[in-house]
Amino acid sequence: MAGSAESGISPDQPITIRATLPWADRVFRRGVSGVAGLVLALFGSIGLFLAYQSIPTFNRYGLSFLTRANWDPELDKVGISSTLLGTFEVAVIALMIAFPVALGTALFISEYSPARIRSLLISLVDLMAAVPSVIYGAWGFFLLMPHAKLVSRWISLYLGWIPIFRVNGDPSSATWAQSRFVNSAFIAGICVSLMIIPIACSVMRGVFAQAPLGEREAAYALGSTRWGMVHTVVLPFGRGGIIGGTMLGLGRALGETIAVLFIISLNFNINFRILQSGFSTISALIANDFGESTKPQLAALFTAGLVLFIITLAVNTGAAVLIGRSRSGAATEI
Amino acid sequence: MSTQSPPITTEVEIVSVAEQAPIDRPDVPIPLRKISADEILSVVGALLGSFCLVWVLFDYVLPFGGGLGFIVSWYFAFLALYAGITGLSHPRPVVIDRVMGAVFIGMGLLVGFVLVTVVVYTTLQGRDVLPHWNFFTQPASAGSLRGPYNKGGISNIIMGSLIQVSIAVGISFPLGIGTAVFMTEVGGAFSRVVRTVVEAMTALPDLLAGLFVYAVLILKFHGHRNGFAVSVALAVTMTPIVARSAEVALRVVPGGLREAGQALGASNWQTVRRIVLPTATPGLVTALILSIARGIGESAPLLIVSGFTTFANYNPVDGQPMNSLPLYIFECLKSGEPREIARGFAAAVVLLFIVFFLFAITRFLARQKVTTR
Repeated sequence: MAGSAESGISPDQPITIRATLPWADRVFRRGVSGVAGLVLALFGSIGLFLAYQSIPTFNRYGLSFLTRANWDPELDKVGISSTLLGTFEVAVIALMIAFPVALGTALFISEYSPARIRSLLISLVDLMAAVPSVIYGAWGFFLLMPHAKLVSRWISLYLGWIPIFRVNGDPSSATWAQSRFVNSAFIAGICVSLMIIPIACSVMRGVFAQAPLGEREAAYALGSTRWGMVHTVVLPFGRGGIIGGTMLGLGRALGETIAVLFIISLNFNINFRILQSGFSTISALIANDFGESTKPQLAALFTAGLVLFIITLAVNTGAAVLIGRSRSGAATEI
Repeated sequence: MSTQSPPITTEVEIVSVAEQAPIDRPDVPIPLRKISADEILSVVGALLGSFCLVWVLFDYVLPFGGGLGFIVSWYFAFLALYAGITGLSHPRPVVIDRVMGAVFIGMGLLVGFVLVTVVVYTTLQGRDVLPHWNFFTQPASAGSLRGPYNKGGISNIIMGSLIQVSIAVGISFPLGIGTAVFMTEVGGAFSRVVRTVVEAMTALPDLLAGLFVYAVLILKFHGHRNGFAVSVALAVTMTPIVARSAEVALRVVPGGLREAGQALGASNWQTVRRIVLPTATPGLVTALILSIARGIGESAPLLIVSGFTTFANYNPVDGQPMNSLPLYIFECLKSGEPREIARGFAAAVVLLFIVFFLFAITRFLARQKVTTR
């Protein structure tokens, strides 16, 4: 209800319109932006508090915190380079498994599945995303590990000449050392991949479903097969969603705690051999050591958390930007 | 080309083409939705052939074993045979099309298979405990975790989870809905910043929420590891989920409705309160339930801010720890004691059931919305 003629003395003068919001609207807008600002401040303060808590660590250890491999608070030697390596190993392995499976499942749901059961499949994927991670962890530890152990052994037997697949000891001996193949980054990666498949899949599927119908039919009209249509229309259209969904999955994989904690037996060696037992990740380290920590150890764990925060924030923001870009643009209007 | 059913999704008139360009073939309409015998038989043939081939290889020739390896090898042999069979009578694009189709369907089946094994395995492991009714009615302190199944249960654990999640919902729902309303109804440059941050925070490692709450509530204000600290940690992880799904629900409210309201002289606030929010209610309820489903299974922050106990404690703000389902499951499963593990799996079944039940409600609501429109 804006506008009031201040003084209608001269009819030739243009009326100055003062657009004012009603008070209810002002309160509403202030209130809502206040809430949004509060949420923003809350998330900002996560980073600030972690940074504040880790000042003592950086004062004490400096950059060697990032370069040292072993985590020995008793000996006053604390570093996270091996832990960082393990974090990335698990995330990359999870991504190598999750990317093709999520892409294939997304294409299956959006392009190949019968339209009648499509909404059921979509909610099954959503359901899979909602299954608590502690249950995936239990699945990985009790059901997957005994099987994955055999797969690990097979890989190291036949592909052991590739350095990352090598395992100490002789895998072909009659009594192979089973304990060397359990608790490995490979098995943790499989377990984590289960958790990021539904996330990546639902992002990808959402973008594929938006591929313009006109272009799909144009491809068919030119005599394309279904794969030809997918290859030339859906995949190029959904590229942003594919990358964004994968990065979102990567962000989750970097921070996954419980599932890794089930598989892991903490070990702070620089271990490039992904099939071999013994690795550590930042989140597992924090969750494992937090209970029985003294004050300086706590500070070191907070610093590890800060590093994880920065890494995942970078990855997730990149993903959000990419997904947003693919949603808003790149589409040809028909 | 003609044997392959063109998967055109809309009804297309294909009559007029035949009149212009006479083809020497008779005018038979192409069956649009029928699957030809060739397609079915080549799939069945490839499946059987590859099964037999892999069976012979596995049992007599190659030194590997194990059910997992068999299925993987079978799948790859199937793909190869399928490509070969199709290649006998079809050009290359059709071969590629069918093989890619088989690959994608295989991926879908794999994911479905994993989901089924997760549910079935969990249920099977907990089957010895679940028939004991006391598991649901007695608190965990009524019996030893390692003792016989007819004493002790998880009633206090379930209650703990419900109390913690309720408080978390009480915090995160207003914050999330407010943020969503800001993003959709107010807009501006600031809302883009908020949206980007909220999207990035959706995937924030849950563990960090626990660290944050520990640093703020427990270190700064000398609090305890109690139920309230857990609730705040859960709220931090749930808020971005609520905000994002509520934003989706608000965005599908047609802009015409808002404009109609404002054309009738309603203020921004009145439009939101009387038009936008009521229209979006089913979507908002879905957002609420989804966030509850996520929150109740959240386990990482609990390792930091919650304490493990078997004793019942329904007061979230006193100095005593308050246990909840995910933490109970984790501690039981990591214990290495067979009976404790079985209890952990039984509690996992309860948790799965709660999550599935919440999900079923959202599906039901979604269907309601479609039919009333």
